[in-house]
Amino acid sequence: MSKSKKAALYSTVFMGLGQLYNKDWIKGIFFMLIEIITLINIFNGTVAHSIWGVITLGETRGVKGDHSINLMIDGIITLMLLAFVVIIFVFNIKDAKKARENIENGKMAKKPIEYLKFIRNRYFAHILLMPSIVLIIFFTLLPILFTFLIAFTNYSIPYHIPPGNLVDWVGFKNFIKLFKMEEWAGTIWTVGLWTIIWAIITTVLNYFAGLGLALLTNAKGVKLKKVWRTLFILPYAIPAFISLLIFRLVFMGPGPVNSTLLNIGVISEKIPFLSDHTLAKVMVILVYCWTGAPYWMALMSGTLTNIDKSLYEAAEIDGASKWQQFYKITVPMVLFQTAPLLIMTFAHNFNNFGMIYLLTTGDPVNANLKYAGSTDILISWIYKMTLEKRQFGMAAAVTILIFVFVASMAIYSFRKTKSFKEEDMIQ
Amino acid sequence: MMKKKITLKNVIKYTLIYSLLILISFVILSPVVWIIGSSFNPGSSVFSSTLIPKNPTIQHYIDLFTETEYPLWFLNTLKVATMNMIVSVIITTLTAYAFSRFRFRGRKQGMMTILVLQMFPSILAMTAMYVLLTKLHLINTHIGLVIVYATGQIPFNTWLVKGYLDAIPRSLDEAAKIDGASNITILTKIIMPLSKPILVFVALQNFVGPWFDFIFPQLVLRGADKKTLAMGLFNWIKDRQANQFTLFAAGAILVAIPITLLYAYFQKHIVEGLSAGATKG
Repeated sequence: MSKSKKAALYSTVFMGLGQLYNKDWIKGIFFMLIEIITLINIFNGTVAHSIWGVITLGETRGVKGDHSINLMIDGIITLMLLAFVVIIFVFNIKDAKKARENIENGKMAKKPIEYLKFIRNRYFAHILLMPSIVLIIFFTLLPILFTFLIAFTNYSIPYHIPPGNLVDWVGFKNFIKLFKMEEWAGTIWTVGLWTIIWAIITTVLNYFAGLGLALLTNAKGVKLKKVWRTLFILPYAIPAFISLLIFRLVFMGPGPVNSTLLNIGVISEKIPFLSDHTLAKVMVILVYCWTGAPYWMALMSGTLTNIDKSLYEAAEIDGASKWQQFYKITVPMVLFQTAPLLIMTFAHNFNNFGMIYLLTTGDPVNANLKYAGSTDILISWIYKMTLEKRQFGMAAAVTILIFVFVASMAIYSFRKTKSFKEEDMIQ
Repeated sequence: MMKKKITLKNVIKYTLIYSLLILISFVILSPVVWIIGSSFNPGSSVFSSTLIPKNPTIQHYIDLFTETEYPLWFLNTLKVATMNMIVSVIITTLTAYAFSRFRFRGRKQGMMTILVLQMFPSILAMTAMYVLLTKLHLINTHIGLVIVYATGQIPFNTWLVKGYLDAIPRSLDEAAKIDGASNITILTKIIMPLSKPILVFVALQNFVGPWFDFIFPQLVLRGADKKTLAMGLFNWIKDRQANQFTLFAAGAILVAIPITLLYAYFQKHIVEGLSAGATKG
């Protein structure tokens, strides 16, 4: 058996042994420590308890009994750490073998300080990424994983909320309920359909309203262009949080719009802007146009001024009318430059929680829908289910559906964008 | 230059354009004017406030500072916003730099992961975040809130900044490397100064975000002494009667003005950031 294989074997038997055999003391001790810590946790039952926790989610009821959710989180973390140890284990074997080969070939083993330097150069990018990786693993991936698991449990009030009560695995029951049980199926189809309509209409409407504003403020012969543009960009500068709350008050039953219209006698009864099922939907769309269109205007104004003037001159010589110039040159040019953003915007609008929640809180209440109001979109429905109704299991199931839908759309669209395909060509 | 002829067609055209411009201005300005007017209105309800107050008063502005916890909320938010800005800019710059300038194993997969994560709104993982923060003893702390914000912004902003860095010629780095500059020096002395516009954009975004977010503070913060502005303001008008309406108006204006001015001041960077996101995102 060659010496390098021997080193690898030692490291397989016990992490770090191979390194010690190579006389690489510091690394050897480091790996041994990791193995020892892991073994201690395995033998004192911590690991077994964690795995038992994930599988059973606790067996004793009562305030002093098992806390299913904590058990689940502990279990996930333990499993993640174990996976991490396995990766280190594999690395430790490879490292022992490689180092021995170097020694046999007459190269000196690296001294610890040299080794640190080597790591710094070789893995510089990984070191830079460390903070992001840690944060994302703990505060993005772990929560997503947790949400996925919750979707397969009955975590909800009144009978399955710890502490005091236990949560159980229920398999695909939540998903079956979502599509087979009438009240749930009715809700998810109604809310889902409205979410898609909402995302499409607002994306298209804002886009073309922005184009309209940009064209209007760039129109030939209009005086004070700068003043108009500054005025129109105002809604973008005002924080949406504030403007949306203002609109919520403006269109309230006794709000200023109704009282003004009543006073001048245009109407004899208050208009239920935000409390009529259909009208409220129209209102959220219109208000979003107020806050959203200026963003597109700002983008498109830039694009408009960048269009090559010679295009228009050539068109004029060929006898094209203004209208033809507009929709054969201007519109395609602007569309070409800004259209890639549309898919991103669609995805954003699909989950535009703030818009709905701040303006209507999803109201008016709709008796046909389970836990949702008439203007609720999927994400605000989930929010209500989670924070107000505490139906975590069902909420998580809907979350998975949204995630799959939006993520597949995102991957598809990004695979098509130039920046992903051609990025290496820039350098 | 050709002199403009006053033709019927032109008259109609310009009347139309200008009436449109004025109509849109009215739609944009009236809610703004109304809220400003309301903040000077005596009383506290939506019912009694008129567009131009009959007996204007600055009582609500005084009350904000003497009767309510507005100053405390303001300071809390300032603290969270500043911390978030610093942490986010550092993390985002490091991540974007790594993805833009280094070729390493798992790079493509890493970027793909980031793209997919960007599509997953943090709101959807609220329950888990709550449990995790509790476990780490970060619940009801501003640090906990900053961690949630700073993590949430990584995917989108990394992508944005990376796109910008890709456009900075690599020959600059290489020249510096030949002169013996380390990777860190290249980052701080060459890359960062050249990408100032996009970094300002990221900093601004992360500074402004916490002022108007009421979702995560509600999740993370419990104590009244930890409250942030958006939470407090939202609570004043959450219920149907909007009891503290005029106070809300005054408070909202006080915070909206500096933020709007910030936007106006950094307008150039914002437009650049937006279009960077547009062409490279």
